[in-house]
Amino acid sequence: MQIIRQPKVHDVCIVGSGAGGGMAAKVLCEAGADVVMLEAGPMWDAAKDSKMSAWPYDSPRRGAAMPSKPFGEFDGCLGGWDIDGEPYTQADGSTFDWFRGRMLGGRTNHWGRISLRMGPDDFRRRSLDGLGDDWPIGYDDIKPYYDKLDRLVGIFGSIENLPNEPDGVFLPPPKPRCYELLIKQAADALKITCVANRLSILTRPLNGRPACHYCGQCGRGCATHSNFSSPSVLLPPALATGKLRIVTGAMAREVLTDAAGLATGVSYVNKADRRDYAVRARIVVLAASACETARLLLNSTSGRFPDGLANSSGAVGRNLTDSTGLGVSGHIPKMEHGVAHNEDGASGAHLYMPWWLDNGKLDFPRGYHIELGGGRRMPGFGVLGAIQRFNGVGGYGRSLKDDYRRFYGATVNFAGRGEMIPNPDTYCEIDPNVVDAYGIPVLRFHAKFSDHEVLQAKHMQETFRELIHTMGGTPLTAMPTREQNYGLENVGRIIHEVGTTRMGSDPATSVLNANCQAHDVKNLFVADGGPFVSNAHKNCTWTILALAMRTAEHIALSRNQGTL
Amino acid sequence: MRIAGCGMRNKNGTRMSRRQALALLTAGPVAAMTWTSAEAEQAHEHAAQARAQAQPSAVYKRRFFTAHEYATVGVLVDLIIPRDERSGSATEAGVPEFMDFMMIDQPRRQVAMRGGLALLDKLSQDRCGKRFVSATDRERRALLDEIAYTSNPDPGLSHAIAFFSSFRDLTATGFFTSKMGVADLHYVGNVFVDEWTGCPDAALKKLGVTY
Repeated sequence: MQIIRQPKVHDVCIVGSGAGGGMAAKVLCEAGADVVMLEAGPMWDAAKDSKMSAWPYDSPRRGAAMPSKPFGEFDGCLGGWDIDGEPYTQADGSTFDWFRGRMLGGRTNHWGRISLRMGPDDFRRRSLDGLGDDWPIGYDDIKPYYDKLDRLVGIFGSIENLPNEPDGVFLPPPKPRCYELLIKQAADALKITCVANRLSILTRPLNGRPACHYCGQCGRGCATHSNFSSPSVLLPPALATGKLRIVTGAMAREVLTDAAGLATGVSYVNKADRRDYAVRARIVVLAASACETARLLLNSTSGRFPDGLANSSGAVGRNLTDSTGLGVSGHIPKMEHGVAHNEDGASGAHLYMPWWLDNGKLDFPRGYHIELGGGRRMPGFGVLGAIQRFNGVGGYGRSLKDDYRRFYGATVNFAGRGEMIPNPDTYCEIDPNVVDAYGIPVLRFHAKFSDHEVLQAKHMQETFRELIHTMGGTPLTAMPTREQNYGLENVGRIIHEVGTTRMGSDPATSVLNANCQAHDVKNLFVADGGPFVSNAHKNCTWTILALAMRTAEHIALSRNQGTL
Repeated sequence: MRIAGCGMRNKNGTRMSRRQALALLTAGPVAAMTWTSAEAEQAHEHAAQARAQAQPSAVYKRRFFTAHEYATVGVLVDLIIPRDERSGSATEAGVPEFMDFMMIDQPRRQVAMRGGLALLDKLSQDRCGKRFVSATDRERRALLDEIAYTSNPDPGLSHAIAFFSSFRDLTATGFFTSKMGVADLHYVGNVFVDEWTGCPDAALKKLGVTY
């Protein structure tokens, strides 16, 4: 195949513009590096492209989901579970759902801004319970980066001194909504810890960005850049150095290497003309998302690396986990006929419940946290659906119309996000028969939960139902059975997949060293969720960002010292 | 290489103005660097104005329903959500147009909708010898009294009850996402809030909670 090679040799090529790629670009450009960044999607600018303040009636679709917008048409993330021309496949009996962002900033345009640090125990789980593996680094290694991250990006929260839930450098948290206080009453009665949430949304102006204006629509993209996304916070300072070139519509095909086995750049398909190009770089940083990075490495085969690049351990694609997740909603009679007021607040809950129990007294390892929702949200597609769950019968006419008014806002939701332990049956590999529309071999997923996750799900269900009952309410769904995995969402559904290029001190069992540098290729680094050794219930973005900052500073320092 | 500190600085290391930053970023993502609260509010208003101007004014043209189906839909949605003292009816809120649009936008709904309306006519014929639109108000209500309640245990009506539940859900979405419906629910958000001060006393008192 003819590849259009560009003569310039950049200091660094970064694949991906999301959390990891954006952070690496910022740190490296500010350190003086000349960086080229490949992004598979288009440019997107929240200041003009966001549907932040749209009303449902601004569209005939009323905010309903579309294939290209699975979280609703006003959502700020381009991409989804199914992308035209970019399939993935499932091994027999497996169901893995893979959400991909395809836009500047990737999935930082999607997430709930829940920004939790991993705690000291999370880095040494094998030592504590014998399952999975320890990380080659500990909390003390990453703490300074979490601190810098908090100051750079901005995060609200409260100092709690909880075990294994480290406090950060917090902006003041917003006051809870009234129904959140009602939830907290129930949590207190059940001795479940319930504290201020930790979200990367500004409650005070920071580093030139204004404070939140409390429209509650972070998911649509913030036109004032008051929450975190890579294009709002990380890419502008990188671009301001004049050192960053972003190539959009660039679908990476493989990492190129030379006879010495070093990375020399990345080849990609330009989606606009469908031709192959190559950029050259002295250092390659992969931040394409845990699974895309694994795919890229596994597709980068050569005589020297027949099983894919940086894969002498065979660990690329293995160790794949997502967060466990499920949700339960409840009808709370006390919230009926609510007082009209604006409780949009910051997007997402103002309170959350960190893990609060001792596994020694439970039938499953590890833990989960609880995310809250409910109240008087902006009406959207599906609003007040299945009214028979509230009034028992459905009905029609004037009394039904009054019922809709009565029950609007009288709902709370609890969602669990827990730790899945890596298992040998959950991984991704190259499908030997299927390519995408650019001719790039696609991933095939294997996915399976163990009893650890299923029993944790049962505990979530029981806890959420108990909370709803304690509030005097009724769960809106029946308790799922063991055969239904107690309502566990498919692996991948929580969009916290990590671990496919894990770090470790032993090159025989890990892909990267403690600096997220490939054991096999010293000028190749990974800066997304791939390096995670385990997947604490802490929602991975904050740790991806902190690790990427640490990795990029290591690269800059090594270049300065001439060791790279 | 040099590891610089955070923040938006130009090559001389001095803090950049928003104008400088924007000029630099025109080829890439345009991010505002030094927004004030007033500027942010202004941006919010501009976005709202741009949206208002983009409102389609043309009369909606039916694309999925037949004329007979559309007439049936109009009658049915107003039986579900009628006009009352607080707000108008489902047809006044544009629910039939919304439903027609959704049938095209989400084609997976088409068969159940078309079949459900046919079933409604069949049941009406059986009971009063007329299709639903031709029945009297009393006859229509008599039929709805059978199929609008999920508590009705009659196994012979399970399909009609399932159709009606789904139709009621779509009616509710159509109505309560309209401008009229949003106002009816007293949803008062989606506005610029300079400082979040929590929920008002009346709302706290109603739930028996305090700050």
